Amino acid sequence: MMEPGLNHVLFISTALFFIGVFGFLTRRNLITMLMSIELVLNSVNINFVAFNKYLWPHKLDGLFFSIFVIAIAAAEAAVAIAIIINLYRSHQSIDVENTEDLKF
Amino acid sequence: MNEFLQIKLLGIFSLGMDLGWALLMIPLLPLIGFLLLGLFGRKYMKQSAGIFATLLLSVSAFLSLHTAYGYFFKYGKLEGVYQKIIPVQFTWLQFSPGVSIDLGILLDPISVMMLVVVTFISLMVHIYSLAYMKGEERFPTYYSFLGLFTFSMLGLVMSSNIFQLYIFWELVGVSSFLLIGYYYDRPSAVAACKKAFIITRFADLGFLIGILILSFYSGTLDFNTLIEKLTSIESTEFKSIASASFIGISALTWALVLVFIGGAGKSALFPLHVWLPDAMEGPTPVSALIHAATMVVAGVFLVARLFPIFSMSEAALNVVSIIGITSALFAAVIACTQTDIKRVLAYSTMSQIGFMMFSLGVSGQGGESGLGFTAAMFHLFTHALFKALLFLGAGSVIHFIHSNEMKDMGGLRKYLPITHITFLIACLAISGVPPFAGFFSKEEILLAAYHHNMTIYWIALATSGLTSFYMFRLYFSIFWNKEYIAHGEAHGEGGFLMMIPLILLSLGAAAAGFIPFGEYVSADGKLLESAFHLQFSIAPVVLGLAGIFTAMWMYKKQSNRSDTIAYSLNSFYKLAFHKFYIDEFYFFITKKVLFNLVGRPAAWFDKNVVNGLINAIGNCTIFLSEKVKGFQSGKVQQYAIYFLAGVIGLVVLFIYIWK
Repeated sequence: MMEPGLNHVLFISTALFFIGVFGFLTRRNLITMLMSIELVLNSVNINFVAFNKYLWPHKLDGLFFSIFVIAIAAAEAAVAIAIIINLYRSHQSIDVENTEDLKF
Repeated sequence: MNEFLQIKLLGIFSLGMDLGWALLMIPLLPLIGFLLLGLFGRKYMKQSAGIFATLLLSVSAFLSLHTAYGYFFKYGKLEGVYQKIIPVQFTWLQFSPGVSIDLGILLDPISVMMLVVVTFISLMVHIYSLAYMKGEERFPTYYSFLGLFTFSMLGLVMSSNIFQLYIFWELVGVSSFLLIGYYYDRPSAVAACKKAFIITRFADLGFLIGILILSFYSGTLDFNTLIEKLTSIESTEFKSIASASFIGISALTWALVLVFIGGAGKSALFPLHVWLPDAMEGPTPVSALIHAATMVVAGVFLVARLFPIFSMSEAALNVVSIIGITSALFAAVIACTQTDIKRVLAYSTMSQIGFMMFSLGVSGQGGESGLGFTAAMFHLFTHALFKALLFLGAGSVIHFIHSNEMKDMGGLRKYLPITHITFLIACLAISGVPPFAGFFSKEEILLAAYHHNMTIYWIALATSGLTSFYMFRLYFSIFWNKEYIAHGEAHGEGGFLMMIPLILLSLGAAAAGFIPFGEYVSADGKLLESAFHLQFSIAPVVLGLAGIFTAMWMYKKQSNRSDTIAYSLNSFYKLAFHKFYIDEFYFFITKKVLFNLVGRPAAWFDKNVVNGLINAIGNCTIFLSEKVKGFQSGKVQQYAIYFLAGVIGLVVLFIYIWK
């Protein structure tokens, strides 16, 4: 059994990233879309940590940035939930297909 | 050889400055009237418009008389020859060192005479209209148009440059259009003003081409230089214009005939006369001013102005005389059958202008042979007086009975005494009965024709007989014939303001004949002795009296003698009554030929090809935009896809292409 290398971790984070993107582009439920965005952000976190551990083991810059990303993800989720609540109040639905008001 | 010495009085400051300003005021005062009344008349000057315009014009008339007195009696003559004086001139548009459109004033015998005629008749019409047009809704507009017309006509007669004359020519056409179409809610008036403008505009095309030819060969647009260069046989310009030819006719003749066509359109000569009877739709004082005394003589004035050049081309003079005599006879025949009194007077005007034209056509340049020129100008002068009088008198009749037709009239001599007497004086004048004005001028015309062309003389003699017949037919039908049944008119004859012009004009018509015109106006500026030939005048006077008595026999008492004669002349009478179907001929050409062959294809092309092109461009834009607008679908996920695609593109760009 070989040691897990950088490539393996990057593979995981890439897969996670694209699963998140696919979810965002495909799901109908706004909250599910939000969950997908969280997946994307988490994949970015994994990327940072991986690069930190494998390339610069004696530094902690990547870890520090991950903390920032977590904090921002939390704030952004709060804002997104607030938007979804307002949308629900005006449209009585959280289906993304009912939000197509700003079209030509 | 004609040699006019030119005195540019700009050099002689005191006389020049004074004279220049006085002369400029003459046309500028009516122009000021036009502008002020046009801009402010409707709101502020509803009552005072007439008085204002009349006052301006009376100053103008006084200045004209002053100029005329000064020119003819004080400074105009040099060594017994009347000079062409240019007191004011400035360069406006310079095309090349020689050719420039200058604006200037030219004083010579005919222009000074025309100044007096135009301002005097215009003043009479202004005064008359104070009463005739009283109560009109658009009273100030009427006076502003009259001011525009007077300004244009005065500018026309004072022009020193042929292009300046063309500018004023067009302005006169526009004023005529505005005045004929004054009652714009009447479709007949609208049709008439359009017809007049289109026909004169069409003739002006010929005029313009003529101007261009003349200026091309002589290299100048200024009247004096033009005449100087084209009237001396040795000058290079004359040689080039006389030798250049097109279809066998020299360029000189072409230019002169084209210029004459322009004049013929404005002066309503055959075959461009069809607008004049219709122009009677305008108010009667307008007909008196424009279509009797002033605008329609613009063509005669033009030929007289260019007369030295005309006399270099025999063919052009022949064209002038033939068209002149044809119009004279043609109009006289039609006038015998018309029933609308203004139409009769319109055809009478056309006939008299024909007289003036052929008189110019048979004239030579100087001495005894130049009688035609002097006679034409003399007839223009006297004709203006008695024709304006006839129209104003007709206006008085129309004002009284509110109708133009002869059948509604009859026996009006008791109700309109002053109109009756002045109308009678005018009719006697036009019939050539001595001692009224028309006798002297007509006698001189006939004398000129007698000495040059016997055919024209005989036709002219016959026409003057017809003239007195139809004029007195008009007179007797209005004032005698039957008894007038009053319908309880609220007013009697028109007021004092309508009668004053009639009386003044009748004094002119009676006395003007005694002016020794040859002393003042002649083709070469020198004195023209016109001896009075007693035996010669017997024939026209006898014919005139014969016409009067025939008309009296037919029309003084109500009878069916006129109907019997009309019946016996059957088809010829019908032909004359329908004005020889010339109008129908023009309608045929315009509607069936021009509209169908030229108008319809042009309209098709415009609607389908030109519009189609623009519509196609529009449709392409719509098509493209339909395709593009899908980008803004309002779907967040689609926007995210575009975002992602952009990011991936940038990544590829940065990693693989731009290293």
